[in-house]
Amino acid sequence: MTDTVRRNLLRLDQRTVRRARALAERAAAPVIELARTHTTTSVERAVLRLAGLTGADAEGIPWVNRLVDAVAADVGLGHGVALPVWHELRRGGHTDLAALAQKAAAGGVAFAVPEGRERQSAVTASRRAVARGIATIDRNRKTRDRLLRKLGDPPKPWIYLIVATGDIHEDIPQAQAAAREGADVIAVIRSTGQSLLDYVPEGATREGFAGTYATQENFRLMRAALDDVSAELGRYVRLTNYASGLCMPEIATLAGLERLDMMLNDCMYGIIFRDINPRRTFIDQRFSRQIHARAGIVINTGEDNYLTTADAVDAAHTVVVSQLLNERFGLEAGLQDWQLGLGHAFEINPALPEQFRLELAHAQLVRELFPNAPLKYMPPTKHMTGNVFFGYLLDAFFNLAGVMTDQSILLVGMMTEGIVTPFLSDRDLALENVRYVRDACAGLAEDFRPAPDGFVATRARQVLAESVELLERIADDGLFTAIADGTFGVTRRPADGGRGADGVVAHADDYLNPATELLEATA
Amino acid sequence: MTMNLVRAYGDTTGDGMVQLSFTLPVPAGPRAEAAAALFAAKMGLDPAMVVHAKAVGPDFTFFVVYGRSGVIVDLDEVEVHEREFPLLTAKEINLEVRSMLGRRLVVVGATVGTDAHTVGLDAILNVKGFAGEKGLEYYRELRVVNLGAQVDPAHLVERAVAEQADALLVSQVVTQRDAHLHHVRLVAEELAAGWPATTPRPLVVVGGPRFEPRMAAELGVDRIFAKGTTPREVASYLVHALAQRRVAA
Ligand code: B12
Repeated sequence: MTDTVRRNLLRLDQRTVRRARALAERAAAPVIELARTHTTTSVERAVLRLAGLTGADAEGIPWVNRLVDAVAADVGLGHGVALPVWHELRRGGHTDLAALAQKAAAGGVAFAVPEGRERQSAVTASRRAVARGIATIDRNRKTRDRLLRKLGDPPKPWIYLIVATGDIHEDIPQAQAAAREGADVIAVIRSTGQSLLDYVPEGATREGFAGTYATQENFRLMRAALDDVSAELGRYVRLTNYASGLCMPEIATLAGLERLDMMLNDCMYGIIFRDINPRRTFIDQRFSRQIHARAGIVINTGEDNYLTTADAVDAAHTVVVSQLLNERFGLEAGLQDWQLGLGHAFEINPALPEQFRLELAHAQLVRELFPNAPLKYMPPTKHMTGNVFFGYLLDAFFNLAGVMTDQSILLVGMMTEGIVTPFLSDRDLALENVRYVRDACAGLAEDFRPAPDGFVATRARQVLAESVELLERIADDGLFTAIADGTFGVTRRPADGGRGADGVVAHADDYLNPATELLEATA
Repeated sequence: MTMNLVRAYGDTTGDGMVQLSFTLPVPAGPRAEAAAALFAAKMGLDPAMVVHAKAVGPDFTFFVVYGRSGVIVDLDEVEVHEREFPLLTAKEINLEVRSMLGRRLVVVGATVGTDAHTVGLDAILNVKGFAGEKGLEYYRELRVVNLGAQVDPAHLVERAVAEQADALLVSQVVTQRDAHLHHVRLVAEELAAGWPATTPRPLVVVGGPRFEPRMAAELGVDRIFAKGTTPREVASYLVHALAQRRVAA
């Protein structure tokens, strides 16, 4: 069925589509070059996590932070942490990374950058250590594949549902209940403010604000709980979390180590919606995507969010432009089309005449531009009000648009969106809404044939044309300039502004990152 | 004055009909439905009709209830938070500021704490405005410093001191676990600690969709604006409140 739907119903000019991709590639190139030649504190901490360093000190600051800070203080991060750390491990006779981190945190170690033969042995030892983490990621990927074969992979659209109590032990029964009611993907949304923490908290947590902290232990607990319910239901239930903010590379790494299945991972979300430094974000997203690529994780991008701060009609093309950039950055980092869950949303003001036709145009355009991507379609949020009854209706129209245009992942809209995080019953009603539309309209995409010069096709072609125009400007002026000018989400973010800029370091000539080496060698 | 006594209206005056939905942590079945009926009866619905019951997983049941409420409300008893100031035009506001201060009125705005929502704050501050009204930046006699979101309360106060602010505008959207109340109290505390004793304290104006305007005093702020606020209301309030202060001083 999908083949017919994804065929060129909108009569998009394929030359224009190719030109859009070429422009995105040109716009992304200097940013990729920046990411290839710089590292960040979080990338270096991710290397240590892959090598097995876990745990935190009495203040709750992880040992990976302590160790990276100690190395940075002595020799800077331009060489990467691997060289000084594995050199010191051997030279100082420390039992393991944890022992070294503790001693370094207490100020008892003077790091040095090894050269010659000493360098060679640090390189070898660090590679061996990091390879063990990557082997765990590989094993998890195999386990997922095996479970998908054994239990079965649900048909698309996958029904994606958020839990967000703040308490992992409340989230677990809610997630299991949601899976039993039909959710295919469970997302544990993170606590307000986690993006700005420059470390990943440790352990099982019960005290988040409007979300639950992303920690390795929370990941493990939730994946295990979903494995149980998957076995019970005979259907593999996927788990999602969020790799964004100052610890994007580390959270991506933990996701790989704990067999998460999808991750929010956007090249610009942190910049625009959390005021994270643009350079930091672009460097971090590349590494995190290399990990996701290896882990077989499907990423979800965040273009839907632009439409909460910008107008969904005027800014429709900014979504497409950002998708093309996310695609380019993703492919360069080693992700494949099936892993690119590009985001978009049903956010046009319902008071606008022909709102639904406009939504269909946008959704079908994205479907045709990215025929092999597991598109993630987001429900209305901005125009959801206290009128839960109207909200329920609007969500049904969203579900309908999703089914008609063959979207791959449907985030379940909640009628309480404009009020609070949903009640148990709100979630159940929302799932009933999706199930009804999905079943009642199964295969409707087959019958959806927008007239070649009708409203929908014309509007789609217009958005594509505007996208190409904007991409031309970005390719000429640079992506950083475009972001500083407020192109995305009408939010201005200068390249030097935002949080975490001080964690960006240019590679020295002898920079070593055993993780990137291993990931790129097999990509 | 029977005119002022009202009951809920279903389809006939005085029928008292209401509709209600809720969940009980009881497995679906006759016992759950009876429990729901009792629950509704205890809320004062008589008769209470449990018109829909659905299992939500093995341990919960969701209900929709229609019923008659005996509650009568005397409209004379109702307390409304009436706007305590006149709504002025942009021109009037500019004039007032000029004659009152002889300089521009300085407004420093931010969403504080971990909250990253800016749309509400921007609706009040940015030229673009809200609901067809221009934002405070549009007013010639107002100088607006918009610090954006995720601003540390101490930093907000620091900037306010540096800018010699007449008013702090604080937005809070996330309310889970009373995060909004917590953050606003922090601003009040920081201001008490960080504002120089020699200059009059700026007005503290708080806004967000889930605030209760009557809580201002309890939170230690001057005014709270809730959902649907327009920029002109805020500007009108500012000149009103500053004028009152002058009278008091
Ligand atoms: C847009 C949006 C976002 C965008 C914000 C983009 C941005 N730059 O602002 C993004 C996608 C980033 C986002 C993220 C999150 N969001 Co949000 N978001 C919304 C959404 C859809 C719309 C809010 C909005 O823009 N309203 C429009 C403006 C104009 O209205 P307003 O804010 O009420 O402002 C008016 C008045 O309140 C008042 N006002 C507001 N501020 C001020 C200040 C002053 C001084 C004055 C005088 C007046 C005033 O005047 C304004 C004009 O009338 C709402 C859902 C909804 N439909 O309301 C959820 C919502 C607010 N978000 C919510 C949540 C939980 C989050 C997250 C925490 C989720 C998570 N765990 O990651 C994150 C936040 C992370 C963080 N650190 O804060 C919840 C809050 C629940 C609660 N009550 O606690 C909501 C209600 C959704 C839900 N039901 O779960 N969100």
